Amino acid sequence: MNRLKTLLDTKKDLLSIYFTAGFPQLNDTNTILQALQKAGVDFVEIGMPFSDPLADGPVIQKSSTQALANGMSLQVLFQQLADMRQSITMPVILMGYLNPVLKFGMERFIDQCAEVGVDGLILPDLPYELYHEKYRDLFEARNISNTFLITPQTPSERVQMLDQNAKGFLYMVSSAAVTGATTGLNQFQLDYFNRINAMKLNSPKMVGFGISDRSSYRQVCQYANGAIIGSAFIKMLEESKDLTVDIKNFVASIKG
Amino acid sequence: MFHPNEKGFYGQYGGAYIPEMLIPNIEELKKNYLEILESETFQKEYHLLLNDYAGRPSPLFKAQRLSDKYNTNIWLKREDLNHTGSHKLNNTIGQILLAKKMGRQRIIAETGAGQHGVATATVCALMGLQCIVYMGQTDMERQAPNVARMRMLGAEVRPALSGNRTLKDATNEALRDWIANPTDTFYLIGSVVGPHPYPDMVARLQAIISLEIKQQLKQKVGTELPDYVIACVGGGSNAAGSFYHFLEDASVRLIGTEAAGLGVDSGETAASMACGDIGIIHGSMTYLMQNEDGQITEPYSISAGLDYPGIGPLHAHLKDSGRATYMPVTDEESLQAALELTRLEGIIPALESAHALAVLPKMNFKPGDQVVVTVSGRGDKDMKAYMEYFKLTE
Ligand SMILES: Cc1ncc(COP(=O)(O)O)c(C=O)c1O
Repeated sequence: MNRLKTLLDTKKDLLSIYFTAGFPQLNDTNTILQALQKAGVDFVEIGMPFSDPLADGPVIQKSSTQALANGMSLQVLFQQLADMRQSITMPVILMGYLNPVLKFGMERFIDQCAEVGVDGLILPDLPYELYHEKYRDLFEARNISNTFLITPQTPSERVQMLDQNAKGFLYMVSSAAVTGATTGLNQFQLDYFNRINAMKLNSPKMVGFGISDRSSYRQVCQYANGAIIGSAFIKMLEESKDLTVDIKNFVASIKG
Repeated sequence: MFHPNEKGFYGQYGGAYIPEMLIPNIEELKKNYLEILESETFQKEYHLLLNDYAGRPSPLFKAQRLSDKYNTNIWLKREDLNHTGSHKLNNTIGQILLAKKMGRQRIIAETGAGQHGVATATVCALMGLQCIVYMGQTDMERQAPNVARMRMLGAEVRPALSGNRTLKDATNEALRDWIANPTDTFYLIGSVVGPHPYPDMVARLQAIISLEIKQQLKQKVGTELPDYVIACVGGGSNAAGSFYHFLEDASVRLIGTEAAGLGVDSGETAASMACGDIGIIHGSMTYLMQNEDGQITEPYSISAGLDYPGIGPLHAHLKDSGRATYMPVTDEESLQAALELTRLEGIIPALESAHALAVLPKMNFKPGDQVVVTVSGRGDKDMKAYMEYFKLTE
């Protein structure tokens, strides 16, 4: 049974939160995961920190640097997540760059993902073609879904090709930008959402990058199955004195 | 066998490990670069600018006193005599013509020593295009004269504030800028690094170095083929250009020298081949310095242009195939080599180029050997380091 597919098939206006593993403190990963589920978030992306996150803006860069300084690594992350399926029922996706994964060993990595109950992956610097050629069989054998990104510049034929090969959802990058909270959506972005909608794709779509508050969340839900919030959440964590309370309030401020 | 396949792989190295946001731009470049580079109009404009603007061909100079010292025949390929003071201009002239043909108005670049930044700012001034150069803050301080040159040329220099604030970090920022500006911007990469097709494109634009060496050596000693070609390797563009037309000539020994910083075992080094292993950096599979978790290690070298934890994928392939040999050179050795060249031949080299000269004492040349060393740039920008080390102000 695929948790992610069931969720995407049955529910609308999904809210997904991205956070960096091992931030603010090394052992906050599980606290945050529990608090997010309790607050009613639909699924999460756990960021695997990397020294050189070239698709990320300053907020996620900073959290990654801090997490690495705290001692986070894939080995530590899998230890932290070892028992998560005793309490976490929502889908969990890992997001991160390819180099640490290759160093860990792709096969070993996929095995561990399956073992701890990770549902899917987002590896931004593994383009579809290289995924297909080198790793697809491995992912599919362990039932780990890979997630492809589309952007306002992705040509229609490529969007269609990615749609046909997507197993979970298509990650719609909201604008030409690295990650980082901005306010409001402009006409160019709305035109892009409309264009993609008119293509009547098979895959569910989640919009990410630049979604930061209730209004941007509500707005993109009109065009997609839901939204992913990252930098705005991490900014909140940076200042939080009580993670559980602040996470509850943050999610309520978006969804409530 | 030394050219990339259509997906950009040299053996297992290279490729384009890039986020979806960069794919339209990389695809467009991939589709166009060979056709444009090989077209007659491009070739005409490129060579006209190389000759009349850069001042090529650069001389191949017989360094007689250096030859006497090492009891062999040492030839210096004088890239330091190019306009702007290094080999970097060969590449920027080519890429700016390409950018114009592709209709891009806004040019971005990364720079370490500032030589690529200056060479980019120069061609942008020449063509009337907007220029933004990312430079690590550490490098802005140690290569201050080049920051001033870029600004005088009308470029905006933006400091990179992450990591060690050197070339790797500047490259990250340039890539982020390109992601955020996908339609009007051309990323003018300064070395044979980054996603395909950059390594191949930059190698082709630097290949003029070895083309000229062949012609000049033929004229001077009657043979096109030297016994050795020696060049320093940061990302590896002056070395790629120096090796390019000799790759199929097995008798020519190709030596690249990388920056060992305080030594390959010191932890303060930029010797990606001696100290690194295989991974992905800036979109390319290659040798890089990383820890056991696959986090990229902060490099160190006195030479800002060699202070990079990776190396172009062509060089990774040349190393594995045994076609080229790579030798580490410390800060100290390079400084001594810089002084030696200055005192024996009256040429103050860039610290990067001094890393090539520094292997001369380690080689066992025969008296009849023809040895070509590429002097990739001049030392003006490094006077601060030379003044401190050699106490020139006392
Ligand atoms: C004079 C000089 N030589 C060499 C290099 C290293 O670059 P590459 O290895 O691409 O030739 C630089 C880079 O800044 C440079 O300025």
